[in-house]
Amino acid sequence: MQEGLDDGPDFLSEEDRGLRAVNVDLQTDATLQVDISDALSERDKVKFTVHTKSTLPNFKQNEFSVVRQHEEFIWLHDSFVENEEYAGYIIPPAPPRPDFDASREKLQKLGEGEGSMTKEEFTKMKQELEAEYLAIFKKTVAMHEVFLCRVAAHPVLRKDLNFHVFLEYNQDLSVRGKNKKEKLEDFFKNVVKSADGVLVAGVKDVDDFFEHEKTFLLEYHNRVKDSSAKSDRMIRSHKIQCLTCFLFCSLLNRFFLKVSELFEKTRKIEARVAADEDLKLADLLKYYLRESQAAKDLLYRRGRALVDYENANKALDKARAKNKDVLQAETTQQVCCQKFEKISESAKQELIDFKTRRVAAFRKNLVELAELELKHAKGNLQLLQSCLGVLKGDT
Amino acid sequence: MAASSERSPPPFPDSEEPELLEDSDEEADAFTGTSISEMDSPSPDSTRPPKDIFNEPPEDIFSDPLSNINSEPQKKVDAKIPSPSSDEAVDLFSDPLDDDSEVMSSPEVQNPMPDLLNEPVEAPKSDSSSKSSSVKKAASAEMFGDDDDEEDLFKEPPKVVTKKPQPSGPPVDVFTEVKSDVKVKPQVKDDPTDLFAEEALTAPAPKPSSGSSSSRTNGVHSEEQDLFSEATVELSLDSPCNDRKNKEAVKPSVSAPAAPVASSSSKAPSKSLEELEEEESEDKFDLNISITNPEKVGDGMNAYMAYKVSTQTSLTMFRSKTFTVRRRFSDFLGLFEKLSEKHSQNGYLIPPPPEKSILGMTKVKVGKEDPSSAEFVERRRAALERYLQRVVSHPSLLQDPDVREFLEKEELPRAVSTQALSGAGFLKMLNKATDAVSKMTIKMNEQDVWFDEKIQDVENEEQHLRKLHVMVESLVNHRKELSGNTAVFAKSVAMLGSSEDNTALSRALSQLAEVEDRIEQLHQEQASNDFFTFSELLADYIRLLGAVRGCFDQRMKAWQRWQDAENMLQKKREAEAKLLWANKPDKLQQAKDEITEWEAKVTQYEREFERISATVRKEVIRFDKEKARDFNRQVIKYLESLLHSQQQLIKYWDAFLPEAKAIV
Repeated sequence: MQEGLDDGPDFLSEEDRGLRAVNVDLQTDATLQVDISDALSERDKVKFTVHTKSTLPNFKQNEFSVVRQHEEFIWLHDSFVENEEYAGYIIPPAPPRPDFDASREKLQKLGEGEGSMTKEEFTKMKQELEAEYLAIFKKTVAMHEVFLCRVAAHPVLRKDLNFHVFLEYNQDLSVRGKNKKEKLEDFFKNVVKSADGVLVAGVKDVDDFFEHEKTFLLEYHNRVKDSSAKSDRMIRSHKIQCLTCFLFCSLLNRFFLKVSELFEKTRKIEARVAADEDLKLADLLKYYLRESQAAKDLLYRRGRALVDYENANKALDKARAKNKDVLQAETTQQVCCQKFEKISESAKQELIDFKTRRVAAFRKNLVELAELELKHAKGNLQLLQSCLGVLKGDT
Repeated sequence: MAASSERSPPPFPDSEEPELLEDSDEEADAFTGTSISEMDSPSPDSTRPPKDIFNEPPEDIFSDPLSNINSEPQKKVDAKIPSPSSDEAVDLFSDPLDDDSEVMSSPEVQNPMPDLLNEPVEAPKSDSSSKSSSVKKAASAEMFGDDDDEEDLFKEPPKVVTKKPQPSGPPVDVFTEVKSDVKVKPQVKDDPTDLFAEEALTAPAPKPSSGSSSSRTNGVHSEEQDLFSEATVELSLDSPCNDRKNKEAVKPSVSAPAAPVASSSSKAPSKSLEELEEEESEDKFDLNISITNPEKVGDGMNAYMAYKVSTQTSLTMFRSKTFTVRRRFSDFLGLFEKLSEKHSQNGYLIPPPPEKSILGMTKVKVGKEDPSSAEFVERRRAALERYLQRVVSHPSLLQDPDVREFLEKEELPRAVSTQALSGAGFLKMLNKATDAVSKMTIKMNEQDVWFDEKIQDVENEEQHLRKLHVMVESLVNHRKELSGNTAVFAKSVAMLGSSEDNTALSRALSQLAEVEDRIEQLHQEQASNDFFTFSELLADYIRLLGAVRGCFDQRMKAWQRWQDAENMLQKKREAEAKLLWANKPDKLQQAKDEITEWEAKVTQYEREFERISATVRKEVIRFDKEKARDFNRQVIKYLESLLHSQQQLIKYWDAFLPEAKAIV
């Protein structure tokens, strides 16, 4: 199955814009511009064509494209996370895994149920599901693009070697997915990290700013998580309702052609309302769920560094008291101090950036959401009015 | 039309004469369904113009006048008068010329013309020359638009009539000429009356002449065909009022012996019928029934809900204009029972009451202030109101003394047997009986295509409605779910807003939470709207369709009775033949008596069957009309509720937009 990016129905193209709007303050920098120009959906993987335009001297050409898969994006993200150098920055959250299973399943079910509906219903339903599939596909592509854009816009991360390789190397990067053992290790690491995180979080921060940020982020993250889940549920039930409405329409069809046409139209609008809510609200919340997680991770790293620094201080004191290994302790303490200060310095800026970015993104999305809701409601209103006019004229 | 094709072989003028009259008769038959004005217009010159007016198949007009002119010169006068009024340009061109030539060349042919045509014989002669030009004008005018024909109708006849020394005045109306004919041929009168009133009764009615009886059968045939093809249109034009009223309306006009009165009275009923129709639809509005104030009476398991039934009417049959009674649910069931006992075997469609719900009622009895029981009561109240409104909107049920009593009388005797009987239970019983009957009479070969199709339709519709009903239920459930989820999301957003440290964004988020909260309410309202407008409506109509099927069953039963009687008669005849053969005169007389008895029974049952068929047909057509109106009204109501919620939505988001924009 192949889907170009540009051949979708009208409303899908809005989504691209919408998603790019998730983080708005990307510096539009002519020196490095990255986008995903095309994507190809194969059986169980999606191939993204990453297109780069750059004037930076370390690229051989000004403009080039490579084909990348989701795993390679994850690899890039992980390489950022693992790099100590970047401990002081909010690492842009990795894009979510492409998930077409639900949509595919529905298509398959539809195929099975082909006999039980009329041909017209079937084609309508099929179109519906295909549109849904396309929407998910585009969303996936957009998420990946947002990640690359964030990286490309970041003053430090954009200079990363791995990133450059990712952009330029026109062969398969041959990153493999993690095997079971590594996954298990990851799991344990995560457990340790979260336990550590609790410990670290308990440490009173010397800096009020960070203290405040920490409490805020902890709460915020939970709330966003909650909202995101709730909005998902709301939108899902909205979509189900649309689907029921659709079946209702097709039944009503045999009764009143005129009314059912109207219902069909209003239902389409309703479906678009759901899609737009999904896009503007749920996706925004989801993105900030991940982003706030990234910010939390940054705070964790800082807290970790702080704890390390304090421990090193204690060790130095101890060493001085015992007058043993003082030099070594001093260097450790200094390294820790430097590390902590560096993280603190960049983290402060990053968190401030995060906040402005968040506010701007929310503003943009909420405004757009309100505008779209208004647009759809007005469209619905008009439809209803005209239909009522026709019906009342009839009687 | 069968009548015209039968006529096409030109017979001798003399022998044709009685037939001619019968032809007109037949055409009158064909109009049985439409209105009285046509009914008492059995002469050819009057029947044809209405035909044109009603846009009958054009073949008629082609074949009719042409064949008349060519084959039957004595009909010329008749043909002439309608021709300008007919839409056919062909006629108009051929008519005057033919008339002229034939009138001039063979005046003696017109001499044998009987009574009515005798007098105006001169008229066409002198008329045709002056008329031909005007007719041509008319023709050219008509070629451009059929609409003109009405004008012509009014223009032309006076010209002709003024020269006619006819007794009836020269009213412009086509119907007046009808009148004169009616007077001349009194034997035709009976038929249209009967026909109109009840076609079933006409079949065995004594025929005035042998000639007419032979053509009558033809007439019946053509009439039936016509009815089948036009039943849905024509009959629905007819007012839903019952036979009795029609009869009343027709009788005075037809039986009126005075000539001058006849012309005026013939018009009067045609109008009065329309008025009746209008009146009746107004009556429905006039009789305003509302059920309010459901009240719990008594305690414990003996408690019941009493409803206030208020009636507002200007109908004279009620003692006062407004009155109120208190009724309990079983009273409503009792009313249904009484009505169905009395009327269902006549093929009337008795609106079924809402079903008894033991679970719901028990909840009401036990629970005190439960929202679900309040909803149940409200649902039942609305259903009962719709039920009563359906009953009184039925013209014949409204006349029923029980209905009146139900609405008016302060105290009703307690309906006892309804305890066990609920709507569903009754329908189930009915259905069981139906199945048994239909199994027995599975061989009933439906001669009536209309019924055949209708029965099929009703069954399909019922299935479809059931599906739709299920769908609406799930729609309502999903909407409720959506509303619940929206509420949860709203809370969550409010929390998010409270933890957001940017004040503007925080405010915007709490605003968003408020908007979502309101949207949740909208969804909830919409869900109950969905439910009340659609779900209840569909449930009502599923019940009603069951009642329609009951009507069909009643008809089938009548048919069964008739067939049984027919068989019995056959047996008796065979017995008689045997007796005759065996030469037993003593028992012969008894056998003969039995035969006459059974013959009478067969005739009676057949009549009953025909009557029930007519009633059922009328009832079903009325039901269809009501249904269309009901659905239309409900859909409009539903759309209006949607409209309202969209308007609210716009308001909410409009208010939110500046908040979102205010985020810095």
